Amino acid sequence: MYQSQHTLRKVVCALGVSAILAGMPILGHAWEPQKPVEFVVMAGKGGGADKAVRLLQSIIASENMAPVPFTPVNKPGGSGAEALVHLNGKKGDNHTIMFTLNSFYTTPLRQPGLGVDITTFTPIARMAEDTFLLWVHSDRKDINDVADFVRAARNKGSKWIMAGTGKNSEDNLLTDFLNTAYDLNMKYVPYKGGGKVAKELAGKNADSTVNNPSEQLGFYEAGTTKALAAFTDDRLPLFPKAPTFKEMGYDMVYYMQRTVVGAPGMSDEAAAYYNDLFTKVFNSPKWQEYRTKKSLQGDLLTGDALMSYWKRERDVHEVMLKKMGAIK
Amino acid sequence: MFEILGLLGQGFLVVFEPQNLLLIVGGCTLGLFIGAMPGLGSVNGVAILLPLTFLVPPTGAIIFLAAIYYGAMYGGAISSIMLGIPGASTAVATTFDGRPLAKQGMADKALIGAAVASFVGGSISVVLFTFFAPPLAHVALVFGAPEEFALMMLAFATFVGLGGDDIFKTLFSICIGLVLSAVGFDIISGEPRLVLWDITGFLHGVNFLVLAIGIYGIGEMLWTVEEHALGGGKSMLSEATVSVARTLAALRELVKTWKATVMGSFLGYFVGILPAAGATPGSLMAYGIAKQISKEPEKFGEGAIEGVCAPEAANNAASTGSMLPMLTLGIPGSPTTAILLGGMVIWGLEPGPRLFVDHSEFVWGLIASLYAANLFTLLINIAFIPVFIKVLKTPFTILAPVIFILCLIGGYAPTQDMHDVWLMIVFGIVGYLMRKLDYPLAPAVLAIVLGPLAEPAMRQSLIISEGSFMIFFERVYAGPIMIAALILLFLPLFKKVYDRIRKPQPQAE
Amino acid sequence: MTVRTAELLMAIMMGAFSIYLMVKSTELPIGWIDEEGPGGGTWPFWLATIMLISCGGILFNWFLKKGPIATSNKVYIEKHVLGDVAAVAGSLIVTVGLFSFIGIYGALPLFIIFYVRFLGKHSWVLTTILAFAIPVVIFYFFEITLKIILPKGITEPLFLPLYKIFL
Repeated sequence: MYQSQHTLRKVVCALGVSAILAGMPILGHAWEPQKPVEFVVMAGKGGGADKAVRLLQSIIASENMAPVPFTPVNKPGGSGAEALVHLNGKKGDNHTIMFTLNSFYTTPLRQPGLGVDITTFTPIARMAEDTFLLWVHSDRKDINDVADFVRAARNKGSKWIMAGTGKNSEDNLLTDFLNTAYDLNMKYVPYKGGGKVAKELAGKNADSTVNNPSEQLGFYEAGTTKALAAFTDDRLPLFPKAPTFKEMGYDMVYYMQRTVVGAPGMSDEAAAYYNDLFTKVFNSPKWQEYRTKKSLQGDLLTGDALMSYWKRERDVHEVMLKKMGAIK
Repeated sequence: MFEILGLLGQGFLVVFEPQNLLLIVGGCTLGLFIGAMPGLGSVNGVAILLPLTFLVPPTGAIIFLAAIYYGAMYGGAISSIMLGIPGASTAVATTFDGRPLAKQGMADKALIGAAVASFVGGSISVVLFTFFAPPLAHVALVFGAPEEFALMMLAFATFVGLGGDDIFKTLFSICIGLVLSAVGFDIISGEPRLVLWDITGFLHGVNFLVLAIGIYGIGEMLWTVEEHALGGGKSMLSEATVSVARTLAALRELVKTWKATVMGSFLGYFVGILPAAGATPGSLMAYGIAKQISKEPEKFGEGAIEGVCAPEAANNAASTGSMLPMLTLGIPGSPTTAILLGGMVIWGLEPGPRLFVDHSEFVWGLIASLYAANLFTLLINIAFIPVFIKVLKTPFTILAPVIFILCLIGGYAPTQDMHDVWLMIVFGIVGYLMRKLDYPLAPAVLAIVLGPLAEPAMRQSLIISEGSFMIFFERVYAGPIMIAALILLFLPLFKKVYDRIRKPQPQAE
Repeated sequence: MTVRTAELLMAIMMGAFSIYLMVKSTELPIGWIDEEGPGGGTWPFWLATIMLISCGGILFNWFLKKGPIATSNKVYIEKHVLGDVAAVAGSLIVTVGLFSFIGIYGALPLFIIFYVRFLGKHSWVLTTILAFAIPVVIFYFFEITLKIILPKGITEPLFLPLYKIFL
């Protein structure tokens, strides 16, 4: 029994080796993926990240940019922990990439037990940075700028509900930021997903939110909600009337990365291939149109530039999490 | 009003173009097979086929997707009835009576019942959608966490009495389902939770499908192996025949179930509209209520055709209903609509309150194609029923390995993680051993669906109210729903006490 | 083993599992947090407690010899049944174990041959046809149509040319 299994293994190995030889590109040709590429999404189906991945997938497929399909796999568990552990376990894999957010920094910082070191991951391309704005319902005629907002929120004290996506998330960081800067006592209620948060504001179950533009756009265009201020360096073209916190004298600039990252130890040839591919995707009219429509910022970053961006951002997040008391 | 009808009419004209008709027929058939696979549901169908839709214009794409959606919704009923394995959470309630009917050799009746009820549910919901979209969108909008929790309580309440006779085992089953649903990640505190034995596979939680396929697929098949002792190639999953006469008789009998079907349609539609609820609670509640309004509630669970019609009408109605929050609020009411939402973004359409105004031709084209898909699914189904019956006649020792293989792949496909396949086998074997000791397992499966909806809603509400439970009673929508849930929950208890007082029964022992 | 003994063992095992779940729940706060409601561990902790109480109830009925299961002296799993069930369950476990090693397309034919030929006693011709046809249909349906990539183990290189052709 054991013997026969052994023989079988040998036969299969032999077949495998010959197939590798047959499938190998002729020397000198650039590396290309051999099998479908697993495109891990660090969030659930239907969220902002998921939508972006499906758009990227569709651009690659419809423009015939790659010889194989890219198949999205959602791994939302544990605030991205599941996805990070999965990718970390794929050392040296040339066919697994991931679309990542800022939980890329915060989750490994908060859970050192995961054994994830993001600097070992292969930087591929930062496709955009998403922005945050402060939103209230349009029926609040008394609130037209940040000063009104602060007055109203202070009056209501802890009865002022700020809805956001999960505890210790980006939204939570910004809420804490506002609470400290303006001496407020807003209550933070975590929901699942930015779309849900946007709806809670539109349905008046929350008093304010710090949604991305893409999440509030529908309600904003219908006149249900309004943006008071932006957490960006400069005013956003889509919301020219919303001043930045920076121009009001507060150092509150915060972005959400939308980045493609590869498994640790990916071969240089493969990394170069993906760099090249996502540069093409970035420059495609469809992606540019999406960026304009969703008010996305941030230029294309690849390779070493992306890695040093990650290191910088991770340090920033470490300081923020310490301030919040989420880590020691 | 006339404007709406005109737009809908235009939608229908688009749908009935030859190319689009072809897409509908293809989509329905494909959806049917995807839905019939244990583990694959409309979510998979829609998600995976999304990239294909770049080959056709957006209108054609949405028609194709709607067809797959409807096909898969009905396909779920096929595996529920024939194999007793719910292909998706929306089809769980269909197994309760669909499976017993199939075992009694009336699979054809159950399949016809499911097809017709789905059609009725789909039709009623499309009419409701056409005429009452805007006011209902408002209800969906103000529906917050307290209302969601109240609704989940109502869903639980309609299910009292589903378990077996042993109160302890029923309680155990409900609680283990709820605890398993808590595995993975606590959304409120943002911490990983109950990562059993620190196995990373538990970080994504225990998927409903893993438990359902484990218990109903692997477990049920082991049970069948035992009953037939392999049977030397003779025994079958169920005996059934199909003929025109039987079909007509079944249709005649269906007329009598109109009450359950119509109730299911309305209920499913309204529950489907509510964001986050989706078709599953709708179909479960429809089953529970159908049992309570039935003249012969004792027949439920033993093969009552109303028990198939009500949830099937409800889940189809709910799938139309869940389009409403998606289109008007950009909030998906179900995972499938979440993917559709992604699709709309790719086609350059912005869901939200402006969609009905800016892209009305798209909205009404979608509605019209939902309706057409509904009709075609009915026709294709009825045409396929003899094929399904034939499949059931395959010797068990050939059918069984095929079902096992589909279960294994079905456990793997949603998360593409071998951990889930192993977990499914554990659930199957433990479930089989427990079932032999009369542990009711359906409550655990229901609990794992409702748990993740109920717990965050409760805790979000309590954060808002600063810990006061009054929030569930004070609000306009939450209050009445909660009170209805409590009445339903305690009704059987009151009845028992009342009966005791009225005529003291002699002690049994 | 009688059904009565099995009932006892199952209740004890499930009770132990409940205790494990309770302990595991305490990794997050299980108390009431002021102005916030229950902590992250509260919900699973108290549900696991109810599980434990239910197991206690089952044991209580067992000692009182109440109910059809607690009094049944029938054999829990009869010998000839045990053989069949163990063969089926065992072959499933082996098949899944082989998935990661020789891949799904290596394991499935073996499973089919075992089940159809050795458990089902069908002819070799039928067995061979099924062992070949089912994996082919699965490849077409799942990998080509639905683009769900199934585990291949060491047989992966064999599929690279197929990916080139079909995907």
